[in-house]
Amino acid sequence: MSNTAEKTRYSGRPSSDKGLVSWLTTTDHKRIGVMYFITVLVFFTLGGIESGLIRWQLAQAEQTPLTEEIYNQVFTMHGITMVFLVVMPLSAAFFNYLIPLMIGARDVAFPRLNAFSYWVYLFGGIFLYSSFLLGGAPNASWVGYPPISTEAVSNMGFYAVGLNILGVSSLAAAVNFIVTILNMRAPGMTFMRMPVFIWMSLVTNFLVLFAMPIIAVALFMLLADISFGAQFFDPATGGDPMLYQHLFWLFGHPEVYIMILPAMGIVSEILPVGSRKPLFGYAAVVFAGAAIGFIGFGVWAHHMFTTALGPVARSAFGLTTMFIAVPTGIKIFNWVFTMWGGKLRFHTPMLFSIGFVSMFVIGGLSGVMHAIVPHNAQQHDTYFVVAHFHYVLFGGALFGLIAGVYFWFPKVTGRLMNEGLGKVHFWTWLLGFNLVFGPMHMSGLLGQPRRTAVLPAELGGTVELYNLISSIGVLVITGSALVFLYNLVTSVRKGQIAGQDPWDARTLEWLTESPTPHVNFYAIPTVTQRDEFWHRKYAEDDAGRAVAVPAGASEDHVPEDGSGSGDRDTDGSAGDAGHGDGADGEHIHMPDPSYWPLVQTLGFFPAGYGMVYANPWLFGLGLLWLVVGVFGWINEPVAEGDDDEPEDAPTPATAAVR
Amino acid sequence: MGVDHRKLGIWTFLGSEFLFFGAFVAAYLLYLTTTAGGPGVEIFDIPFTSISSFVLLMSSLTMVLAHHAHTQGDLRRMRMWILATAGQGMVFLGGQVFEFNVFVREGLTLTTSPFASSFYVLTGFHGAHVFIGIVLLLSLYTFSLTGKVKPGQHLKTEMIGLYWHFVDIVWVVIFTVVYLIPEIAVLG
Amino acid sequence: MREHHESRRPRRRSTGLLLATALVLAGCSGDQSALSPAGPYAQDPHDLIVIVTVIALVVFVFVQGLIIYSVVKFRTRKDDDGSLPVQVHGNTKLEIVWTMIPAVILAVIAVPTVQMIFSTMEEPEDEHLVVEVIGHRWWFEYYYPDFDVYTANEMVIPTDTPVRLEMIAGDPGHSQDSAVIHSFWIPALAGKQDLLPNHTTFLNMQADEPGTYLGQCAEYCGLSHVNMRARVHAMEAADFDQWVEEQSTPAEVPDGGPEAEGRELFHDLGDRQSCAACHQVWEGDGARSPSQGPDLTHLMSRDEFAGAIVDLDEETLRQWLADPNSIKPMQYEVNGIGMPDLDLTDDELDALVAYLLTLQ
Repeated sequence: MSNTAEKTRYSGRPSSDKGLVSWLTTTDHKRIGVMYFITVLVFFTLGGIESGLIRWQLAQAEQTPLTEEIYNQVFTMHGITMVFLVVMPLSAAFFNYLIPLMIGARDVAFPRLNAFSYWVYLFGGIFLYSSFLLGGAPNASWVGYPPISTEAVSNMGFYAVGLNILGVSSLAAAVNFIVTILNMRAPGMTFMRMPVFIWMSLVTNFLVLFAMPIIAVALFMLLADISFGAQFFDPATGGDPMLYQHLFWLFGHPEVYIMILPAMGIVSEILPVGSRKPLFGYAAVVFAGAAIGFIGFGVWAHHMFTTALGPVARSAFGLTTMFIAVPTGIKIFNWVFTMWGGKLRFHTPMLFSIGFVSMFVIGGLSGVMHAIVPHNAQQHDTYFVVAHFHYVLFGGALFGLIAGVYFWFPKVTGRLMNEGLGKVHFWTWLLGFNLVFGPMHMSGLLGQPRRTAVLPAELGGTVELYNLISSIGVLVITGSALVFLYNLVTSVRKGQIAGQDPWDARTLEWLTESPTPHVNFYAIPTVTQRDEFWHRKYAEDDAGRAVAVPAGASEDHVPEDGSGSGDRDTDGSAGDAGHGDGADGEHIHMPDPSYWPLVQTLGFFPAGYGMVYANPWLFGLGLLWLVVGVFGWINEPVAEGDDDEPEDAPTPATAAVR
Repeated sequence: MGVDHRKLGIWTFLGSEFLFFGAFVAAYLLYLTTTAGGPGVEIFDIPFTSISSFVLLMSSLTMVLAHHAHTQGDLRRMRMWILATAGQGMVFLGGQVFEFNVFVREGLTLTTSPFASSFYVLTGFHGAHVFIGIVLLLSLYTFSLTGKVKPGQHLKTEMIGLYWHFVDIVWVVIFTVVYLIPEIAVLG
Repeated sequence: MREHHESRRPRRRSTGLLLATALVLAGCSGDQSALSPAGPYAQDPHDLIVIVTVIALVVFVFVQGLIIYSVVKFRTRKDDDGSLPVQVHGNTKLEIVWTMIPAVILAVIAVPTVQMIFSTMEEPEDEHLVVEVIGHRWWFEYYYPDFDVYTANEMVIPTDTPVRLEMIAGDPGHSQDSAVIHSFWIPALAGKQDLLPNHTTFLNMQADEPGTYLGQCAEYCGLSHVNMRARVHAMEAADFDQWVEEQSTPAEVPDGGPEAEGRELFHDLGDRQSCAACHQVWEGDGARSPSQGPDLTHLMSRDEFAGAIVDLDEETLRQWLADPNSIKPMQYEVNGIGMPDLDLTDDELDALVAYLLTLQ
């Protein structure tokens, strides 16, 4: 855009828009989204290797290719990685790329804070993994229950500090996305016109906002015990390990919904597109999502049915847990009836979405089985639970997120991923997934506890067979993942050109060209109804039958030359609010790149190690670094329309520029 | 649309902070009597803490005055009230440091008992928030001198004010729940 | 050495024979499975979950059927005219139906669930046996307060009698510094229940038939979590009484030979930590008490040791004393947990093993 030329005026801010530096200093939500995605691929590979090691260990009874000590580190890091470094940030990648596009905005509310979130995530992950080189990774499981986690041999200092660093990232991102969604929707986009993905993002980020401080408290207490000899969880002085469990799960259960709701939002976008029908019961899906988020704060103790809970508490949490199945069921039926009566096209995103619904049903039903408290005592901490939450988080969240990758890949790159490879990926993924986790239901009920470094032979041949099948399944998933990676890498350059609207989609992000231009929209669209983009292409006749709008097909909707008259007067569409600034881009100001998010965030390393090793100097250095970073950030030269201006009511066109 | 991004952002963040302190207060209440033979709530010096609490409470008033002055575009008076606010914050922090010293001398340290740990970590985190607030206030003061903060930009003062009031309100809760009620319960 | 080994055989045979009979009777013994309940406290939850599973399967088949039907029926056909399907936005009646039906099903399930939560947790009304379970890293200790008997790893209970377990993590007789959370789980007899430091938790179980029921610690408790197994030997009341009587007798003091030498070493290893610092062998004087390591008074009445992961025989015992970490990884050096490697000489090993073999 032409404004890049002007950037040199603001000396002290990076100006390049190509090359490495431009990526290191970017504040563009699209680039940050892509960086999240690539980083997630790296951590997913690490977490995948860990899961491979776990399955190798358990492929046969009574073998220990890894020692108990190493195995315990591996399963702990597998859990931490997949939850905090893969599923959550993968959702964040989608939030970043899609939220502004889907609400018709040019960026998020706080672009530099957005970059900050990314770097904190990356460095938090590196910090956690550095523990492998510094005397061993955390080995007291991803829940980190004291008293075992307060012992030095558990290496859980890295866990307490690392998760808190990642929490800073999530919290900053949550504030950013909440403000973006609440404040920066395009004119006319009322709450009930927002895409379901935006709704689910909003709910998810409120969950992050209210759940993260609670685990922060638990982790600070843990850290105080580990590094500074505090007595929060030390039974010797009357400390109560149950307090940690309550705090952890008060965060931990909403965390489950933090991981699954974005995928539910994605599937709610893809199923209507694949079925060529609107989402069945939009309002019900939205309110069910909000209800899940809300009730999600009231079920935490169902992770603790076998601890010192009395029968009254067990009953109460058993009932709330059953209750949460109701809104979940609503969603599933609405998805199925979205397909009902449609004309289904089975492209890869659609396949993964259907796979999501199907696999998630299994995870949901085994979840209801956990609510049968007397039998929960048999299932708890066995491979039955492992199977259950993998059906929710792998069969659920990951299937949905991968559907999103295939669906929005052409948005990001302008090219489609290979459909043939995509179908191979889907079927092998589905097969491998069920091979790995299906048998775990049985091996758990047959007595195999989780977090055990050896498969005891005394469990019997049947359990051994189930474990062997699981381990073979990992090979299938590995092959499938390689197909996916190959498809990703080759499609970036060689994929079929997608055009602007490859799926005949419904939401605003497809209104602009692909790959998305730097400014997102040459003219901010005005929204008149739900599924705005679809309704610019089609109108419904009196019988509810959709007919193409005569004015033209979707492909030429926005002129490629950016001449700005992207709106076209159609029935029911009032045209875009051009504000006279979109035509040549001259007055569109996009957020400037900045060094400071990266530079400041590096301060988390000394601060983090300072806390782990209880070294006040290192910690002080990190703190100072972070404070200096804040001042650098504040003092950075700012461009026009930025916050040095006296206050005006921001117009929608400048609303994105802060 | 509606509220300024930054203001909405601060509100959102403070919503999160409420739960942060809420969880610490809950832990403190759980451990109220878990003193492992060490000092318990009777160690608190209510008159002393009342005074420092009063000072902190008054700083909210000066904060309001600072913001009011800024909305009038009167940076000189705004600066005066900002300094007064930061000064009261420092008095409060000084009181806290003094109080901690007294407690440590009387045998209440971080490692004494779960009660001690939860008291120090809760009030310590609050103190850290006050400290950050003071840094923010002094930065605002400095930036208003250098011209970085302009007379029309009272939103900046307002946002720092929101944070400051929040820290104050949390202290009101802490003073009531942590100091006052348990002490009265023990003495009564 | 060997002679001594042989000589203790006959006495042990009584228990061994008993256990062998029990194994046969149990039929599928060795089964650490929640699917083969062997007593009411496992049976009731099992029956409930079977019902719930059937309901879940019906829902599963119904929903997956809907999905498959939709996929087949509503796929875009080759001769499709390219027109769009009818744009249905929802159907309030239908949505109310699929909100209410699951809610009603769940409400129906909830009633027996809540009833059973109370019925399985409350103290049994009938006369019952109390066993205290103490979770150590990484083994379970059992104390029978009615008989003042301590044992480890293998719990012995009478059949057809409710057993009330009173459980705690760590070691009430010593500092609780090193207590961590465990979970006691014998799937065939009852669901699991965590053992916590500072909280006593309770678990009811009952075996209908004699037999050996397998289990293990089910709450991650650190390095050797997997090596913390548990067994319950259920036997007829008369056999149980006999077992109690045997366990209540003091250990015999050997009067000479390597056994007596071993006993000396047991109590004094010079500048090394003595066995007696952590293990009790009760010889009749003083009270029996919980200890850091398993009570060894009747060590050889047990089938397995080291957290019930290896068979208890002379050879393995010797290996255990010579290099405990080769059998079960522990953290004595870094964390003070578990059995230390005492650098025993061959002579010392011979003597100690000989002595331990006398503890029947």
